[in-house]
Amino acid sequence: MEGTKIKIAVLSGKGGTGKTLVAVNLAAIAKNSVYIDCDVEEPNGHLFFKPEQLKRHDISVKIPVVDEKLCTGCRSCVAFCKFNALAYINHKLMVFDEICHSCGGCSLFCPEKALSEREKVIGVVQNGKSEDVRVISGIMNVGETSGVPIIKEILKYANEYQDITVIDCPPGSACTVMESIKDADYCILVAEPTLFGVHNLNMVHDLVTLFNKPYGVVLNKCVQSENPAETYCTEKNINVLGKILFDNELGTINSNGLIAIRQSDKYFDVFNQLLHKVSEEVQHETVVNP
Amino acid sequence: MKIVMPVDDKTMETSVCQSFGRTPYFLIYETETKEHTFIDNSGAASQGGAGIKAAQVIVDQKAEVLLTPRCGENAAEVIKAANISIYKTMNQSVQNNINAYNTGTLPLLTEIHAGFHNHGGN
Ligand code: SF4
Ligand code: SF4
Repeated sequence: MEGTKIKIAVLSGKGGTGKTLVAVNLAAIAKNSVYIDCDVEEPNGHLFFKPEQLKRHDISVKIPVVDEKLCTGCRSCVAFCKFNALAYINHKLMVFDEICHSCGGCSLFCPEKALSEREKVIGVVQNGKSEDVRVISGIMNVGETSGVPIIKEILKYANEYQDITVIDCPPGSACTVMESIKDADYCILVAEPTLFGVHNLNMVHDLVTLFNKPYGVVLNKCVQSENPAETYCTEKNINVLGKILFDNELGTINSNGLIAIRQSDKYFDVFNQLLHKVSEEVQHETVVNP
Repeated sequence: MKIVMPVDDKTMETSVCQSFGRTPYFLIYETETKEHTFIDNSGAASQGGAGIKAAQVIVDQKAEVLLTPRCGENAAEVIKAANISIYKTMNQSVQNNINAYNTGTLPLLTEIHAGFHNHGGN
């Protein structure tokens, strides 16, 4: 796949499924790749990569501020704001920062020019290198409610340094996940072999179908017995890209904050195969749906 | 004294609505004249910030007291800025709660919940 720029998103219905394990190892094995951690509330990919030569910069959004001397209380702004981030109470305009979507509309519409915008820092972007992987993390400040502006910002790094970008999505299927997969070329769904795992898989499966993304499933924590997630994939005719067995060695590597492919030949092979499988799928997609 | 309460329907026999921001109607009750009216909660259908919108609605009605089973953080902030006191309803009956308020047996609402990350807005 020389020269082709591809973005692979890794998602799961909930945290703890092994999404970060898959994303981190895939990025590490791809070599010359970019890893982007979109789980901005709890980014932990960088704990494995331990990136060096870190560069950080703040991310801010624009929030309206009112000049009370100019405001006449006409409420045009309150009526305009679709998000109800403004209220006019006791002859004063109240602005709810965390509800505001920074659309800028109220400032434009204020007939008195009483509204202006101030920058409010909501998090940081951290950019570093771990061997030949570019590691980008977005870290949202505690108390902020929407990670979407941070995700938008960090996704600008996709393919900026290298051809393959692995996007570690937030858990669940909320708007932050939609933002994370919007421009992905391929989605990997990570699933646990339990009934609850099937429920979570179903959730993200609906999401990728809705977004019309090519996808495949990685079955994690597989044991010998019955695997409801695998049954689900068979029933729905979903492509299983690979299986990761439940294994103490992997558990130990993981809990020590290390990257499996850099520690164990066995896992090097497992993720190497996975990468090839995904590359084939993506190539196939570009042939079928160019 | 004007009392406001989130209610499920436009009759005095209806029950107190369990949601403040998403309630379909508000009952406005005038303690002196014992007159009542109902108004629509225009915030009920909004995507986010329903609590803020609903609070704006009752502030505009010049309510002095709000009786509600629960209230979100943002709504409470608006209501407090307007100097409206918030009491906690004790059961579903509209009339019982008005009586309890009149006899001074309703407690002030103390637990304010933290909202739902932009998606709820109670
Ligand atoms: S910037 Fe947009 S979202 Fe924010 S308060 Fe103004 S109108 Fe509402
Ligand atoms: S539109 Fe401007 S003048 Fe009117 S209430 Fe809003 S801030 Fe005040």
